[in-house]
Amino acid sequence: MAVISVPLQAEPNMLSRLMRRPTAAVGIAVLMIIVLAAILAPVIAPYAPTKLSIASRLHPPSLDHLFGTDDLGRDILTRMLYAARTSLTVGFAVVIFASIIGVVLGLTSGFFRTLDAPVSRLIDAMMAFPDILLAIALVAALGATAVNVVVALGVVYAPRLARVVRASTLVIRELPYVEAARALGVPTPVILVRHVLRNVTSPLLVQGTFIFANAILAEAGLSFLGVGISPDIPTWGTMIATGRQYMDQAGWIMMFPGAAIVVTVLSLQLVGDGLRDLLDPRLAKDI
Amino acid sequence: MLRSILNRLLGMIVVMALVVTIVFVIVRVTPGDPAAVMLGPEATAADIAALRSKLGLDGSILEQFVRYILDVVQGDFGQSIFLGEPVATALAQRAEPTFFLTVFSLVIATLIALPVGILSAYKRGSVFDQAATTVAMFAASVPSFWLGLLFIQFFAVKLGWFDTSGYGGPGASFADRLDHLVLPALALGLVSSALITRFTRASMLDVLNDDYVRTARSKGMSEWRVVLKHAFRNALIPILTVIGLTAALLISGAVVTETVFGLPGVGSLVVSAVLRRDYPVIQGALLVIAGLYVLVNFAIDMLYLVVDPRVRY
Repeated sequence: MAVISVPLQAEPNMLSRLMRRPTAAVGIAVLMIIVLAAILAPVIAPYAPTKLSIASRLHPPSLDHLFGTDDLGRDILTRMLYAARTSLTVGFAVVIFASIIGVVLGLTSGFFRTLDAPVSRLIDAMMAFPDILLAIALVAALGATAVNVVVALGVVYAPRLARVVRASTLVIRELPYVEAARALGVPTPVILVRHVLRNVTSPLLVQGTFIFANAILAEAGLSFLGVGISPDIPTWGTMIATGRQYMDQAGWIMMFPGAAIVVTVLSLQLVGDGLRDLLDPRLAKDI
Repeated sequence: MLRSILNRLLGMIVVMALVVTIVFVIVRVTPGDPAAVMLGPEATAADIAALRSKLGLDGSILEQFVRYILDVVQGDFGQSIFLGEPVATALAQRAEPTFFLTVFSLVIATLIALPVGILSAYKRGSVFDQAATTVAMFAASVPSFWLGLLFIQFFAVKLGWFDTSGYGGPGASFADRLDHLVLPALALGLVSSALITRFTRASMLDVLNDDYVRTARSKGMSEWRVVLKHAFRNALIPILTVIGLTAALLISGAVVTETVFGLPGVGSLVVSAVLRRDYPVIQGALLVIAGLYVLVNFAIDMLYLVVDPRVRY
């Protein structure tokens, strides 16, 4: 479904308006705590993420280890904090990379009629691949590194953003101020950036938030399967994969990282919903 | 009508050709030589050359592409390096669990989502609506593989109601195989119901205030009939779209869920192929699944023609 928003600039007081919505405010608050915890991981983490301790293998949650320890005696809470850094960085980088591709594809197909059909079919074809599967194949082809995971997921999610940008561009292209700019002889690239791109930022922001959430889920899936980021780097997905092997003796190993994913993704969705309601009053009453 | 069908058919063929091209390109973006990567550092130049030709990587890019298209059109997806059998055979053998898992999850998701979504829209703003919306958002945030693990831990390990993994072993009866699909289908279906619920609700809200709904009510029609016959039928198009979309998402979810539950499906085949760098299998699976997706979408577009006579392509 096309998300066509009333052109609305991202205003400086947007954050405060967003905070007035209770669910979005909760989302933002939780997200800020997670981001802060990730940034401050080296300071607040009780242990070193790679500190092995055979004596404290598979300890259940206690005052020493709030979330317990894993099979190598490493502190789960510590590793979760470090994993948050990976997940958030990868998720954010995916949004940026996908936005760049999505904006270029969406603007060209929405603005230039001759390019619309070929670019749109390409977008259709890319959307035919299930996200995780395409990401797995791309990571397999490119090599399993964090950068390649970002590239793969960026390619996977770019078509969704391209569709949103295209839909908005189609509307904006016909607006009087674009026509006026054209009549005044403003060069096309300038029209594209100054008049069109600026006005697609709202739907892009909304969709970008949801893609952030999806990218975190997808990255966790790739890491869980062992086809993503190298297992040496702590991620929530690899922690769950470890926990799976000790499910019957040490359920906490997979419990806490999974909960971290749920809380992070849920907050992002709450923020995304709030943004959509705020930036797109037409949709707000429906969904 | 015929014109619409032909237009969509043509569009589908173009998308299908692009899908084949994308799959062709993916294997060729591998930095370095895939054959050398697969064989490891101790391979001789002759071995590498032999594998290159087996993988269809010899000759110019154009030659490779033409050969690939010709093979694919004839249903030849190449040989699996590791399994030593044609990719098409390997895929066919693994299709059953994936197919049933996807179908059952979709049925579970739809059975949950349609009533909840319709009722939420009908009782908009009620406690039920708010609770349903919250639960749906929560469900959309849970990784399906993690939910699967929780299910295994609770229903299989603690309660012992189901086997923890597998597909019943060779020669297992159909009922036994279905038994192994209950937990994975539940995990996947619950997670996927969120999207359909939200769309059903939104799309019902769109039509519930329309004139014909008011007219139907003023005629003294029962609320049931108004909601299900007049409103729901008109809300169906976006709902069908999202069910189709969910089917595609389910295949993605199946890849991970199959691995969690040890189901010998296409998903676990792909994951093991990635770990063994068995490129032809990855390529073939991508092609078949994306191809199926395009076909399903085509079928849904055709359904629109039936559901809504105004639709034309």
